[in-house]
Amino acid sequence: MTEQSTLPLLAIEHAKKSFGNTEVLKDISLSVTPGEVVAIIGPSGGGKSTLLRCATLLETLDGGSLSFGDVQVAHDENGRAVYAGKDTIKKAKEQFGLVFQDFNLFPHYTVLKNVMDAPVSVLKRPRAEAEQHARELLAKMGLSGKEDMVPCELSGGQKQRVAIARALAMNPEILFFDEPTSALDPELTKEVLKVIRDLAAERMTMVIVTHEMKFARDVADRIVFMDGGFIVEEGPASSVIDNPQHQRTKSFLSNYEGE
Amino acid sequence: MELATMLELLGSGLVLTLQVFFTTLIGALPLGVVVALCRMSKFKPLALITRLYISIMRGTPLMLQLMALMFGPYYLFGLQLGGDWKYWACSIGFIINYAAYFGEIYRSGLQSIPRGQYEAAEVLGYTRSQTFLKIVLPQVVKRILPAMSNEVITLVKDTSLAFVVGIMEMFTQAKALAASQVSMIPYVLAGVIYWVFNFIVEMILTRIEKKLNYYHD
Repeated sequence: MTEQSTLPLLAIEHAKKSFGNTEVLKDISLSVTPGEVVAIIGPSGGGKSTLLRCATLLETLDGGSLSFGDVQVAHDENGRAVYAGKDTIKKAKEQFGLVFQDFNLFPHYTVLKNVMDAPVSVLKRPRAEAEQHARELLAKMGLSGKEDMVPCELSGGQKQRVAIARALAMNPEILFFDEPTSALDPELTKEVLKVIRDLAAERMTMVIVTHEMKFARDVADRIVFMDGGFIVEEGPASSVIDNPQHQRTKSFLSNYEGE
Repeated sequence: MELATMLELLGSGLVLTLQVFFTTLIGALPLGVVVALCRMSKFKPLALITRLYISIMRGTPLMLQLMALMFGPYYLFGLQLGGDWKYWACSIGFIINYAAYFGEIYRSGLQSIPRGQYEAAEVLGYTRSQTFLKIVLPQVVKRILPAMSNEVITLVKDTSLAFVVGIMEMFTQAKALAASQVSMIPYVLAGVIYWVFNFIVEMILTRIEKKLNYYHD
């Protein structure tokens, strides 16, 4: 156990990714240890979302390596990323969850089914057990009484909390958020951020791409500032946000002054 | 001639009409899925051939297609296919024609499902077939139902084209009766029967649409 806890939950090394002739990730290395909350900030087009999509296997890396704990998903061979076989990928997918910017709930399923279907269909958990777990998670998200509703009957903030419950129902080791509040107004943003704060207090390992600077400063153990396909600066919030070293970080953060 | 006798003759035609209708649905509804998947295939030659097939099926009269199937084997290859061939020609003709239309409707439905649905399913670990059957297909069905209703109702009326291969479906019976009785009544009766038939089809499809109305996107 002690050996495992020293292993990073997520390790990305020298990640490279291009779309056509556009190099989106140039040389990214990032590792996340258990219980850590990492916030990735930076301007649009800087590669934040692409990094998250590569980490969650929605995109494949061109070069570099990727592993979750002791599950090596991709390794580098002469600058090319070589992916492991199906079984390893499947094992890796059980390690993480992803919360999307636009929720991507299944509109034809009830709230309860959205949360409990994957544990039953994918992890083959007993239905009763999965349902109980789903109800507990929904209660934790402040959604008791909404179990039988369908997503279109919920507000954006409620939808996003269902999406978080859906991700947590798979018992992931690490949870990724891709701009979880960008589709929400300030009031709904608050309720979603509160839920994420609560998870952070429980030492849930999380990687959060966000434009909410105040939230990032409060909740993250480490801030990663990305721009132009590189990590420009990283460290605790007290240094990256309050006392940035690089000119690029300073000018980006100046847009948030007064917040 | 008694009205009852007329109805009896029309009824015997209706049996064949129903036979054409259901045979076409049973064959073309699943075949349409294959057509849609081939049309969307990443293997270009297959997609291209499917496009050509759809173009011909939609771009030439079904009547002509039925005639080609009925008489083509003899005129092209000198094959004598026996008296039952007309039923085969009719079934094959209707099925491959309607599969082209259904396939295009399925394609429109499949392509309208947001990519995020596939991605959410992928991240949760659903297999490809689970994603298709549990997540995508139910949403596609809801989206394409109005277009499918149109096509199914058109099929009810298109069954009258079976006359070109010599199948005595209802409209052929009505024409024969009208000629022999020198009366318009058989046409009126046939018209009413088609309408009642379609009214039932509409009711069933509306009920399904209502059932799927518990959510919207």
